[in-house]
Amino acid sequence: MTHVLALIDLSPSGEISNTAPGLLAAAAALGTPVAVTVTAPGVGSVLGGQLGALGAEIVFAAESEQLGSVLIAPQIEALAAAVAAYPSSAILVSNTSDGRDIAGRLAVRLNAGLVIDAVAVRQADDSSILATHSVFGGAYIVESTVTGGLAVVTVRPGAIDDRATPATATVATATISVDAARFAAIDSIADTAVESSRPELRDASIIVSGGRGLGSKENFVLVEQLADALGAAVGASRAAVDAGYIAQTAQVGQTGITVSPNLYIALGISGAIQHRAGMQTAKTIVAINKDADAPIFDVADFGIVGDVFKVVPQLIDAINARAK
Amino acid sequence: MKIVVLMKQVPDTWGERTLDVTTGLSDRAATDAVIDEIGERALEVALTHRDAVKGTEVVVVSMGPASVTAALRKGLSMGADSAIHVLDDGLVGADAWLTSKVLAAVVARSGADVVVAGNESTDGRGGVVPAMIAEHLGLPHLSFLNDVTLTPGEVSGSRSTDTGTLQAHAALPAVISITEGLPEARFPNFKGIMTAKKKPLEVLSLADLGLAAASTVAGNGRSVVVSTVQRPARTAGTKTIDEGNAGVELAEFLVAGRLI
Ligand SMILES: Cc1cc2nc3c(=O)[nH]c(=O)nc-3n(C[C@H](O)[C@H](O)[C@H](O)COP(=O)(O)OP(=O)(O)OC[C@H]3O[C@@H](n4cnc5c(N)ncnc54)[C@H](O)[C@@H]3O)c2cc1C
Ligand SMILES: Nc1ncnc2c1ncn2[C@@H]1O[C@H](COP(=O)(O)O)[C@@H](O)[C@H]1O
Repeated sequence: MTHVLALIDLSPSGEISNTAPGLLAAAAALGTPVAVTVTAPGVGSVLGGQLGALGAEIVFAAESEQLGSVLIAPQIEALAAAVAAYPSSAILVSNTSDGRDIAGRLAVRLNAGLVIDAVAVRQADDSSILATHSVFGGAYIVESTVTGGLAVVTVRPGAIDDRATPATATVATATISVDAARFAAIDSIADTAVESSRPELRDASIIVSGGRGLGSKENFVLVEQLADALGAAVGASRAAVDAGYIAQTAQVGQTGITVSPNLYIALGISGAIQHRAGMQTAKTIVAINKDADAPIFDVADFGIVGDVFKVVPQLIDAINARAK
Repeated sequence: MKIVVLMKQVPDTWGERTLDVTTGLSDRAATDAVIDEIGERALEVALTHRDAVKGTEVVVVSMGPASVTAALRKGLSMGADSAIHVLDDGLVGADAWLTSKVLAAVVARSGADVVVAGNESTDGRGGVVPAMIAEHLGLPHLSFLNDVTLTPGEVSGSRSTDTGTLQAHAALPAVISITEGLPEARFPNFKGIMTAKKKPLEVLSLADLGLAAASTVAGNGRSVVVSTVQRPARTAGTKTIDEGNAGVELAEFLVAGRLI
């Protein structure tokens, strides 16, 4: 079986991101999974146990002095070194901003085929790699493959629920240095991720989103209150983001995050086509909007024509009463 | 300073966008073709710089079918100085590899100090072409920027990461891509529309760029679509008008459906 590399996302403090289990499961489905990590010198090998538990048979622990000072180059160099050490059929990375930068530059550098934003991967009978994509907001399911060589594949975070069989990983370390002149330099990193008790938007099973209908940043708290009553993540429309009610990272839609939760509750969101493109594959959609003609009702399983400031507090009370 | 702005023409997101299920390609006839909004914002970044710094030259570049002329004319009417259209039958269905190779050749030929692109296109949602162009040219790149500062020798800005934000800079020449965090574009005014007609719009083929036939400029590995299936459209469920009890009814609906 051929090797398949998975670039493991690590937080600035070195913790394994929750994208790792899905990536390693995808790698295991295509070959012998090799986890590639990039850390500061001296700490690379400590992750072997954890990554083995997630399915990695080999951990390629690259260490670089330049991590944190040269943008994305250490990761590219690490993957290039790993693929030289472990000839592979595919390299999997997360479809994040960093991941896409890494995948794009690496595909050019290695003359490899590039497959972007896979929601599933599998091996075809002729052992080529088939990737599934959800296109135009899930309106189409497209399968693609790479012909004639190595495939670099970006995998949508949260899309793969499978888990690989735990393994005992062999750890190999390598020292990486990069040509800083060909890359951007990092001046500072601000870790703003407040420790939130809420689930992450991209893989939450329940999402409560708010739109311009909330009217102000103060009123937007209502969205958060309902989310907390349900143990849900908080999302938003672009209009709510533009108005400053919430950070851009919460935007759902065409140019925001694409989500596919069990339950999506849209509050004061008209349901413009670009918003629907990010949430229309949710299993159940609930909408509350005071305009009976709002297009969000065309995709809602349960629609309420009403005022969010009346309906939502009542809903929260009903949920809390039930919890007691 | 010379700024090249990359603008892609895409199916209008306001329309019902379709894929041809036999070819897997975007059905260009089904919807209006427009400049991707993010490409207009990229142009706005360049024009704002030109408004502030004398001697700045702005070139808009697009690769695509004949209809791209209209998109480039709009860019010229907004204020770009000249336009380049890469048009070649060999580019139909081009993937990110080929697109980036061709655009890199245009950038190399233009002698740009900085290339400004959108972070991702609304049709492909690839978000990879700018970084790939940089790799073809051996240049630094800064992508997904939420703000941009351009000085004579350097570009800097901030970008969102999974856990926060990051501030970075690169020496020029460099390639950058921007997000919706940057302002919406200006509208073309009457004078802009009138003068746009006289501005140069160059049309280049692969041969003009010194590139061989499309199949040989692509990477060894090429990604190809093997199947395209349309999902059934969603249908509307029940819609009730709140008579004062809708919150309770909704709670019952969620419980009955084991959703909470
Ligand atoms: C290229 C492009 C990309 C885009 N990408 C995205 C994207 O990723 N995500 C996105 O969301 N949008 C996106 N948009 C924008 C999109 O077109 C809409 O403008 C946006 O989704 C509207 O947000 P909204 O529904 O919150 O605001 P509005 O359309 O203003 O709707 C507000 C709604 O709230 C209702 N309302 C008001 N008060 C109350 C109340 N008290 N109780 C109940 N209901 C109330 C109103 O009836 C109205 O329907 C994009 C647009 C373009 C051109
Ligand atoms: N055919 C094209 N012509 C001009 N610019 C393009 C083209 N394709 C991609 N780009 C640029 O690259 C950005 C990202 O595109 P993509 O990687 O396809 O999502 C776009 O916003 C454009 O700035």
